[in-house]
This record gives sequence, structure tokens and C-alpha cells, in this order.
Amino acid sequence: MPDQLTSRDDIETAVRGHNADYVEIRIDDTSTTRLVYRGQELEEIGRTRSFGGCARALVNGGWGFVSFNQPHDIRTRVEEAVAQARHVGKETSVLAPVDPVIDVVPLDVAMDPRTITLARKKEIFDGYNARMLSVDGVTSTNIVYGDSHKRVTFASSEGSYIEQERIDVISRLAATARRNGDMQQSSMSLGALNDFSYIDTLDEAADMIANRAVELLNAPYVEPGVYPVVLDPILAGVFCHEAFGHLSESDFVYENDRMKEIMVLGRKFGQKNLNIVDGAAVPGLRGSFKYDDEGTPAKKTDLIREGILVGRLHSRETAGKMGEPPSGNARAIDYRFPPIVRMTNTYIEDGDATFDDLIGDIKLGVYARNWFGGTTSMEMFTFSAGEAFMIRDGKVAELLRPVKLTGNLFTTLENIDGIARDLDFNQGGGCGKGGQMPLPVSNGSPHIRIQDCVVGER
Amino acid sequence: MTNLNAVLDAARKAGAQQAEAYQVANEETPVMFEANRLKELNSRHTSGVALRVIADGRIGFASSTRPDDVDDLVSAAMETAPFGPEAHFDFPKQVEAPVVETFDPATEAFAVDDMIEAGQTLIDAVRKVEPELLCDAQLRRVVGEVTLVNSNGANVSYRGSMLMAWLHGSLIRGTDMLFVGDVDASVSPDIDTARIERTVTWQLEHARDLANMRTAEMPVIFTSSGVADALVMPLTLAFSGRLVQQGQSPLAGKLGDDLYDARLSVHDDATLPMRPASRPFDDEGVASRRTPLIVSGTVRSFMYDLQSAGLAKAQTTGSAERSLTSQPSISTTSLIIAPGETTFEEMVASVKEGLIVEDLMGAGQGNVMGGDFSGNVLLGYKIENGEIVGRVKDTMVAGNVHEALASVSAIGDEARWINGTIHTPPLLFDRMAVSAKAS
Repeated sequence: MPDQLTSRDDIETAVRGHNADYVEIRIDDTSTTRLVYRGQELEEIGRTRSFGGCARALVNGGWGFVSFNQPHDIRTRVEEAVAQARHVGKETSVLAPVDPVIDVVPLDVAMDPRTITLARKKEIFDGYNARMLSVDGVTSTNIVYGDSHKRVTFASSEGSYIEQERIDVISRLAATARRNGDMQQSSMSLGALNDFSYIDTLDEAADMIANRAVELLNAPYVEPGVYPVVLDPILAGVFCHEAFGHLSESDFVYENDRMKEIMVLGRKFGQKNLNIVDGAAVPGLRGSFKYDDEGTPAKKTDLIREGILVGRLHSRETAGKMGEPPSGNARAIDYRFPPIVRMTNTYIEDGDATFDDLIGDIKLGVYARNWFGGTTSMEMFTFSAGEAFMIRDGKVAELLRPVKLTGNLFTTLENIDGIARDLDFNQGGGCGKGGQMPLPVSNGSPHIRIQDCVVGER
Repeated sequence: MTNLNAVLDAARKAGAQQAEAYQVANEETPVMFEANRLKELNSRHTSGVALRVIADGRIGFASSTRPDDVDDLVSAAMETAPFGPEAHFDFPKQVEAPVVETFDPATEAFAVDDMIEAGQTLIDAVRKVEPELLCDAQLRRVVGEVTLVNSNGANVSYRGSMLMAWLHGSLIRGTDMLFVGDVDASVSPDIDTARIERTVTWQLEHARDLANMRTAEMPVIFTSSGVADALVMPLTLAFSGRLVQQGQSPLAGKLGDDLYDARLSVHDDATLPMRPASRPFDDEGVASRRTPLIVSGTVRSFMYDLQSAGLAKAQTTGSAERSLTSQPSISTTSLIIAPGETTFEEMVASVKEGLIVEDLMGAGQGNVMGGDFSGNVLLGYKIENGEIVGRVKDTMVAGNVHEALASVSAIGDEARWINGTIHTPPLLFDRMAVSAKAS
């Protein structure tokens, strides 16, 4: 039973018998607990319940979409969506075929945050906040904790009926140090799927963040310019997501002939050492699930193999229109939005170098670590490091003020000339696209080296 | 709809000394164009109730989109209250709010077919300038109602409407990608699609040729759109009364100081008629007003909501904003930067070698709280000897907004609305760090 207001029978009946090429319903029920600290004080604590649904219809290539909070009379909502789609549609509907699925996926939870009392959650974060504030020079802190349990019910006119549940546990710790007019911040964002347990293990992280914020006050600015850059797994993962991952989302490509030329399968993007993968079927990560929001089973998709573009991310429509297999990447942040092509777990696979190999022959370069933010416009990307060090004569040297890296995707991927074998995942991010943010994703990489990267002050 | 007084009664029965119920009901109708043609119609209904309680001096919060959920809503809010922050305010009594025009029945009545036509006309017009431009566009109609009641007697409500249009075009040649675009929004159906057409046409004409930039300190012009992208967020964050009170804002202790260029004036105004960010009262039921932030270079006032005002022993400026699922926090409404006396053409003509920033990507990633901004120039142009010579690529610009605004080289004489919420002229700065990778 998805909910006492909407039975499985109601939902399955409501998608049947419409004069449309395709119809689907999604019902979401999400309960969230959230804590926010700023400085000494807990600034916000709250619980939210978000229940709603949507109907989406495809007629003659046009889409209609209706979302609602009041789940009465779902069939009428579906009819509205069908009427909208009919108003738009003037072509032929194309959806890549997917076998209908009936599945109720059990929640596979390691440590359930709903079993931890609010008092205990607050006690844990009171502890981290006190640790950070006790470091000499730290003037303020910012902590965000959130856990959310989400149950999604999906049914389509093709006969699919799927129930899935997930629990996201996210946290961010940040410390600000201030001296005279100068202010520096250090932070870390973490996340886990279906597991609260990491939340209780962050003492060292809190100490490190607080001390780093103070150290940054004495750090010099980078001399802006072009350097060889070594990225740690977290930042390289963000680079992989921002610089390449978004370009592999086919909704940017499928109706754009020029983009099709650029993103033609078989095109060389990098050296032989470069392999990039996306897949929700990689288990246990923030971007993992069994079915996407069109009911397509999750997969693991090779995007770049030995430097060559070999695949891309699809919804059923983009796959159908490009004549490629659906990849299970149609995702919606919640019932208020239709699914669009999104990443899941995106990562650069291990190479064969060591970290020392990567920095050993760099006379003057930058070692950039940790994620702060990133964004892309397809061709150009920019992402910022949580911390950075100069590399001098093959050794990691002085700490720098935070840096920002920017570049052109096509040249930058080719300039990756070293990949280590220490793959690690960043689970603290949330991806934004088309007004839908933050969508749970993970990204990962081993340490990588990029030649000729533009580095500026953040 | 939920009976909000019943929610307040239930909260008091459960032990809350004060309670506030906030209800939103929105209907959002986007008409979406993809690859130059109509692709999708949406209709999104959102409604729900948020409850704040003050119990034993502490604030609890819960929200729900389930209209039948009163008991769960009250128990969730009461469960959080013992762990919540100490309340430094009482919910306000019923206030005399100014009359602010926020709703136009013509927007509510604006037909989907008219939205479709407006979008297609716009796309066709810019493609006459550049036939190979691939356009995504959206016309969006939003009609909604906000209601707020509290246990101290406030019971306020208003309706709002908005029509928004945006167009985003891409032009790809080889691996060179050009992105152009503009957006306008209004309470009425009078959005200026002709302006979007003019802006995009200007962008296309000046972006045709590529120009090489070098790494150097040089004059930089931010167009209205560039100001909104790069400067507004780091600037207004510093005026958050909460961050000032906590000593996190670089403006802490600097009220009344002449920190900025004497020609610079900036204010926030929630009372402007027919602007999408306008409202008669804020999201805590406090009357709206005009709040001067910078007057002729002087730091004049900070922005407060109830809690931050209570902590700072100041008055709320009616700056509380919230969504259904979030608690109120300090936010700007319509932000107005006063125009100056220099035309855009004069600014360009005065620069020997410099950069124009129209669209900056990743601007909010740095030490924003300290006023730093930096980003990749997504759309920008090079000036040589007083003339725009082409579009730049692989170029970053960085600076600190408080340092930059201390001495502005020229302020444009014409302000324009960006995203319907920021009204600003272009600004010219003498020296700013530009880094480029020569191609």
C-alpha cells in the first residue's frame, strides 16, 4: 500500500484506458528531519512531510505533466495530462522499449536514522560544533544535517508497477576563521545512502576542518596562471561530473545536430588511460537505485573507454530518438517535476600510477583537494577546490588560499596524462539541473594529473 | 485547504505558548519549448502548511503537504521544540500593511495558447538574426496565495501572480559553443519579450568573432546581467542582520561608515507595484517596506527577520522569506542599484584594453561571505581601443565586491531588471584580476 489515500488498485486503474501513446503516475511520500547550526547556536530544527503525485502523458511526441498534493481523483489528473500532451503533440512519439516490471523493492538499510532519537542526533552535532569552536582562531561554524526517507510508487500504461524506498543521510561541517578583516572557511560535505552510521565518526574531520580554516589565514594566494594540476579523488570526481558527465546527458544532444557531431560515438576525448563510467547499478552509493523514474532498470554505462566516447546517458525518449539502448538515467527530484536525463554514480576508473608518480616530475604545479563547488556550460567548466597546495620540485609544498580551476572540456580531458589507482567516492554532493536540485548523486575518481590547467583565486 | 485556526488551537493544546501557521497554494503553468519548438505543457499544483511553535521559549518547526495531517503536523513541531533555538521574539500582532499590488487577474486569465504563441514568436524572431541558433524557451504563469495566522492575532493573506519568459539559445561551431539568453518577469502579462529579442540580438552580433584575452589586471565592465550574476549575492549577504550580529559579515560594526563609492546607492524594496518579489507583508506577517542598504556610499541599514532582530536588539525590516519546507530566513526582495550618469557606449569608449562580463559562471563558489567573487566568463567580450572586438573564451575574473565598490570607475545611466528581481545599471571598474589561457 503506497498510502491510505491512494491504493495500488487506484493507481494501476488510473493509468489504463487513455487515448495516449504513454501514461505514467508517480506518487512520492518523503519525511525529512533537518538540523542547522550557525556559531554557538542551533539555528534551526524541523521536520517536513512532503506527499504528492504527478501524472505524465505522451501523445504524438508532445508531453503533458500535472502535479498535485491532493491525491483525490487521480484519473482526472491523468486526463488533464493527456489533454495537454495532445495539445502539444504534432509528431510521432518515440520511446525506447523497456520491459514492464512489477516489483516492490525492500528497503535495504544498514543503520536507520529514524531509529535514532532527535536528542541523540543533537548530542552528536553539539559535540562536533563544540570541537570546532574550541580551536583557537575559529570564530564561527556552520553545520547542516539532514535525513530523509522517501517512498516512490510508479505505474505506467505499459503495465509497470514499482515501489521503491530510500534514505539519504547528508551532513556538512564548516568552520570560519577570522583575523582583522580577513576571513577564511574550510568545509566538508558527506553523504550516505540508507546508513546513518558515518554520522557518529566525524571527530577527526571536525578537528581537521577547524584547524584548516585557521591555517588558511596565513596561506598565500596562488599566482594566477597555467599549471600542471594534480586533483585528489574528491575533486577529480567533481571534475568528471561537471566537465564531462553533463555533456554525456543526451537531452542536450538528441535534437541538436551540432552536438551530435561533437558527441559522436567513437570520438577521441582522452588518452588511452582514461575510462569513465556512470551507473545506478553500482550498489550502495548516493546515486544508486534499482529503477529510474521511468521504470527502466538501473545499469552501468561505459561513457569513455580507453579515451574513446562509447556511450551516453538516456531517458527512454532520448534513447529511442537516437536509436541507442535506454540507460536508466531518467530521474526527477520529486513529484513536482517530470524526469529528465541525470547522472547517478559517475567516476573515472583506476589507472596504474601512484600519487608519487603523478607529482614526482612536476617542477611547479598545484595540488588541489576537496570539493567546494562546480558548474559547467558544456564546453567550459569551472570548479573550486576546498584546499590547495603548491607542488615544488616534485613535492607537495605550501598551503594556498582556495583556488578555482577552469577550462575547456575538450582540451582538458586530453590533458589528463596520469591516473593513480586509488579510486574513492564523493557522496556529499547534490546535482542541479533544470530547476531540480539537489538530486542525490555520487562521483569518484583516483588521483589524476592534468597538464596546462587555468588556476585562479577562488 | 486546512483550517489554520484549528492548527493553532491544536498547537496550544499540545503545550505551545505561541504558534504560527503559514499556508501556500500555488498553481504553476510552464509552457516549454525545446530545440525551437513546443515540447511540453505542465501544470503544477502545490499546497501545504508550515507550523512554527514557541514552547518553553524554544522554536519548533514542521511542515506538511497533507491537508488531513493536523495531528502529525502539531506533534512533529512539538517534538522538535525542546531541541530548537531559543526564541528572541514574539509572533507579531495584526499589522497595518501597505497596499502593494501583487496580483493581476489578467495574468491568471492569460491563456496557455497565448503563452505558446508568445514563445514561438520570440524564438522565430531571434532565429531571423541567426538561423542556426537552437533555442530552448519557457513561458511560465504562476498564480498563488499566501496566508499567515498566528496566536497573537495576526491573520493576513494576499494573492500573487507572475508571468515569466526566458529564452536560451546555443550556437555550436566545431567545439566552440556560444550561449545567449535573457529573461523577464512581471506580475502582469506585460513582460517585455521585445527586450529579450533585443538583448539576444545584441549578444549574437557582438559574439560572432572570437578575441584573445591575456592574463592581467585591467578595466572590467559588468553589464546589468553581469552585476546580477557576480556582485549582488556577495554584496547583499554582507547586509544580512544575522551574519552581522554573529560577526560573520565583513560589515559588522560598520553601520554608518562610508565604505563605498559616494555615487553608489542600493536599496531593497518589497513595496514596488507589480514586481514579482513585492508583497504587503513578509513571510512572518511583518509589514513590507523600502530598506536603504547603501546611501551615497554609506552603510545605512542591515536586513532583519524577527529572530535576527531580536538577537541584535534591532527592528525587523520585513525581510523574512521562506518556502513551504524551510523556516524563515533573511532575503532581499527587489534589489535596486541606483543608476549613474555614464552611458554604456561611453564606458566602452573609455577603455583601451578590457573585458565586458555579461554572464559569469560559478560566481557563488568562493568566500562569498567575505565578499569574494570569481568565475568563468560564460558570455563576455573584449574591448580594444574603445571598441568591442569579439567574444572571449577560457577567461576568469575575480575580485572582492566590497573592495571593488569602494571605487567604481563609472555607473551606467540605464538600469534594467534582471530575472525580474534585480534592477541595476552596468558598472565599470578600473582594475580587476583577469586570467586567461591564450588559445
